[in-house]
Amino acid sequence: MNVLLDHLPQFREGFLGTLSITAASAALALVLGVVIAGFRVSPIPPLRAFGTAWVTLLRNTPLTLLFLIAFFVVPQIFFPGTSPFVLAMGALGCYTSSFVCEAVRSGINTVPLGQAEAARSLGMTFFQTLRLIVLPQATRSVIPPMSSIFIALTKNSAIAGAFSNTELFNVSKLLSDKGFAIGWIFLWIALCYLVITFAISGLFRLLENRLEVAR
Amino acid sequence: MSSSVLYDAPGPKARVRNRVFTVVGGLAVLALLVFAVLRLNAKGQFAPEMWDIFNYAGVRTSIRDGVLTTLKVFAVAAVLSLVLGVLLAVGRLSDHKAVRWFATGFIELFRAVPLLITIYVLWVLFLTYRSDLGLSGDNTGFWALVIGLTVYNGSVQAEVLRAGINSVPRGQREAAYALGMRKTQVMMTVLVPQAVRAMLPTIISQLVVTLKDTSLGYVITYQELLFQLQQLAGNTVVNDDNPYVPVIIVGGAIYIAMCLALSALASWIERRGRRAKTGIRVAGAEQPLAAGDALDVVDQSAAPADASAGKTN
Repeated sequence: MNVLLDHLPQFREGFLGTLSITAASAALALVLGVVIAGFRVSPIPPLRAFGTAWVTLLRNTPLTLLFLIAFFVVPQIFFPGTSPFVLAMGALGCYTSSFVCEAVRSGINTVPLGQAEAARSLGMTFFQTLRLIVLPQATRSVIPPMSSIFIALTKNSAIAGAFSNTELFNVSKLLSDKGFAIGWIFLWIALCYLVITFAISGLFRLLENRLEVAR
Repeated sequence: MSSSVLYDAPGPKARVRNRVFTVVGGLAVLALLVFAVLRLNAKGQFAPEMWDIFNYAGVRTSIRDGVLTTLKVFAVAAVLSLVLGVLLAVGRLSDHKAVRWFATGFIELFRAVPLLITIYVLWVLFLTYRSDLGLSGDNTGFWALVIGLTVYNGSVQAEVLRAGINSVPRGQREAAYALGMRKTQVMMTVLVPQAVRAMLPTIISQLVVTLKDTSLGYVITYQELLFQLQQLAGNTVVNDDNPYVPVIIVGGAIYIAMCLALSALASWIERRGRRAKTGIRVAGAEQPLAAGDALDVVDQSAAPADASAGKTN
């Protein structure tokens, strides 16, 4: 009990650290994932191949290996002097983007073919079809998997703490190195993660209800 | 391309446009690759000496040891997590309130906490009470990693199995009770076998996640593949530089090969299961997230199936 009260500033900093790294990499993953999903459904072979390679490679690589690449290869070869936060964001964002891409792609594929054909036969242009017919229907089936993707991202962000970022794992490590009972630390950290994951799933449930149509 | 939702079958104009985009896109992808290769080359990562390290017996031995250690952790954790998964799934469906609550709490707690934190906490605990538990040296890391993986993946597997058990038609259970079978008999001889068969692709996909997560041993400095690779690259100096790129390319290829082999098994079983006309529907082999909610994946794979089934009728 005392661990939490005595080290409230550290816990708050860790909590905010987890939140910020999760939010930053979620944004990156969302943008990258949608772009790559666009590549994967496009009628252009090189881009499709690139998207497939991206997803296959990233989904079958351990996240820790990506962190290793981000922290030992990227600063030395490509962009020297990048901050640990940006590097961790890159690793988490790229890894998660492959899952986002698959969710978006399968969401687009759930839209029945007839819908798009009907839209086109009404004379809608490509962008009209996309904006008015395909995307609204795809969004509805993309949201539930997206919720679990972002919950997973929150939990994966703990690995960033092992690579010199300040977040909840890092805080628990520091406090246990100082000799505080690990059981209590674990309990409080678990509670912090529960708060974040419940918030995310609540947010997405709200979104789902907003977008739901009565059938 | 005529089967795509987004694009109509291309006419002459669209075909020309697609061809132009193909060239532009191909050049862009090529440019990206060339940039990366040139940059790596400029830093001397493609120098022959850098890659010559794989000819040394010591380097090969440490990579082989790393692979074997990773596989050992994976094998033990996979077996234990499946056992725990069955126990927790049955516990969560138990008639006794206390058992049900314990199983539910266990599953929800360990699914919510990042695996890395579970492993780290176990490691610290094991280090603290090392002499009482009879652990020594490398064993501490091994058991922390194995138990952590077991607890987390066991919880996920339990949810997968529970979804499988719930997907068995209710008539099966009622028929079994009507035949005079006992609760344990119904569960073990009627429900669980069908659940396992239906969920096998998802179970194996979760095993891929288990395999990937063995790399978390790196953080608790356990000598699995990733840690070995990092040590290897960090301790070798070629041309005044550490051979991180060659080592990571080789190590990444090993990881990807192992994971792809397991995923291929999962989708093979899925295809085989789809061929069968009897029994309940086999779940999709879609890989759950590294720390994802397998239940959600199961729900998703079940939902479109129902939708499409409704459409064909």
